[in-house]
Amino acid sequence: MTAVDALGGEHSTAAATTLELVYFSSRSGNTHRFVERLDRPAHRIPIEQDEELASQGGPFVLICPTYADGEGKGAVPKQVIRFLNVSANREALVGVIATGNRNFGATFALAGRIVADKCKVPLLYSLELAGTDTDIARTREGLAKLERELCSTAI
Amino acid sequence: MKDVTETLIPRAINWNRLEDEKDLEVWNRLTVNFWLPEKVPLSNDIQSWATLKDHEKDLTIRVFTGLTLLDTIQNTVGAPALMPDAVTPHEEAVLTNIAFMEAVHARSYSSIFSTLCSTKQIDEAFRWSEENPHLQAKAKAILNTYAPGQDPLKRKIASVFLESFLFYSGFYLPMYWSSRAKLTNTADLIRLIIRDEAVHGYYVGYKFQRGFEQQGEARQQELKDYAFSLLFELYEIENHYTEELYDGIGLTEDVKVFLHYNANKALQNLGFEALFPAEVSEVNPAILAALSPDSENHDFFSGSGSSYVIGKAVATEDEDWDF
Repeated sequence: MTAVDALGGEHSTAAATTLELVYFSSRSGNTHRFVERLDRPAHRIPIEQDEELASQGGPFVLICPTYADGEGKGAVPKQVIRFLNVSANREALVGVIATGNRNFGATFALAGRIVADKCKVPLLYSLELAGTDTDIARTREGLAKLERELCSTAI
Repeated sequence: MKDVTETLIPRAINWNRLEDEKDLEVWNRLTVNFWLPEKVPLSNDIQSWATLKDHEKDLTIRVFTGLTLLDTIQNTVGAPALMPDAVTPHEEAVLTNIAFMEAVHARSYSSIFSTLCSTKQIDEAFRWSEENPHLQAKAKAILNTYAPGQDPLKRKIASVFLESFLFYSGFYLPMYWSSRAKLTNTADLIRLIIRDEAVHGYYVGYKFQRGFEQQGEARQQELKDYAFSLLFELYEIENHYTEELYDGIGLTEDVKVFLHYNANKALQNLGFEALFPAEVSEVNPAILAALSPDSENHDFFSGSGSSYVIGKAVATEDEDWDF
C-alpha cells in the first residue's frame, strides 16, 4: 500500500502520514459521538442514499456500525457497501473498527468482521455504542501506533 | 372532545411515504427477529435445573418473576403510553410491535416456569414479587412517569431506563448460569429477549434524541437533569434489590458492575455521556462472553491476539457488494 500525505503538504511535516478516519453513523449518532472524541480528521459517509463521499486520497481507517438482524443479514450499512464498492477506496483502506452492541449476541460488531474479510484488512477494534473512556484511549493509542508503522513502511 | 375529533382526519398508514427512515429500519429489524418461546427447547434444561441447590433455584425463579413484572408493565402500560406521543404513524406501528413482543417476553418466563418448576414454587415467587419492596419501588417509579399527562420526553427517558438498565439485575443470572454451562437453553431464550430489549431501548432513545434536539437550552438542561436524577433514584433501588437477591450467592459486587455498565449504555441510547467510570464498569469477561457468544474478535488494538489478524467473517449473502 502506498501511503500518501492526505493533507496535500499543507502541514510542514509533509513526509508524515496522516491516518484519516472515514465513518458511517445513522441519525442515532453513536458512532458519530465516538469519532468526535477521537480528535482526528474524519469524514462521514452521508446517510442519504443519493449522496456520496468523495474517494479518499490517503490511507484511512473505516469506523462502521452494525445493523444485523438475528441471522446476521444486513450487518454492513448499504452506504458503507457503496463506498467500499469503489476500488480506490478499498485500496486506501488500512483497517476497520466496528461499533455495535453485545446485546445482539453472536452478531455483535459483525460488520467489522465482514468488512475485514471482504477487503482483506485487519479488524482493528470492536466497541459498543459510542464507546467508553477505555475504548477512546485504546483507539487513540492504536491509531497513533498504526500511523507510525505506516509511516515507516511508506518509503 | 367533539371539536378534536372533527379536526382529525383518519389516515391510513402509508409505508411508502416515510417521514423517518428509522421507523422502517426498526420495523424490519423487529419483525425479522420475531420469535416465540416454543422455538427454544427449554426441556433440555430439566437435568441441569436438578443440579442447582434449593436457594439457587429460589433465586432464579424470583429473578425471572421480577423480569416478568417489568415486561408486563412495558406490554400493558409502557409501550402503549408512548403511542399518543408518536410523531409519525409508523412510529405508532413500531410501538404496537414492541408492546406485543413484551407480552411474548412475559409469557416466556411462564414457559420456563412450567418446564422447570412446581406450581407451589411458581405461586410463591409471584407472591414474593408482589411483596418485595424494592421490586415494587422500581415498578412504581417507572409507572409514575408513564401516567397520563406526564411529559412525553420524560416518559421516553423512563422507558429507555427500563429497557436498557432495569432488566439487567435480572438478566445477569441466566448469563452467569450459562457461563457455568448451566441452564443453557434458558439462556438462549433470555438472549432473544435481550436482543429485543436492545432494539427497543435503541429506538425509544433515538426518538427521545429527535425530540430533545428541538428543545431550547433551558428545557434540554431540565430533561438532562431529570434523566440523571431518575437514574440515581433507580440505581439506589437496584442496589438494594441486587443485595437482597445476590448476597446469599456472593455475586452482589459482580452484578453491581454489570448495573454500572448497563446504566452507561442506557445513557448512551439517550445520547448522553456515560456516568460510571471505567474502573467500576468493567464487566466480568465470562458474563460478556455469555452475552455475545462466538463474537470474540482478536483485534489489533487490544493486543489480545497476534497483531494484524484478518477477521474471519460469516459469509455475506448481500448482493450489494460489487467485488
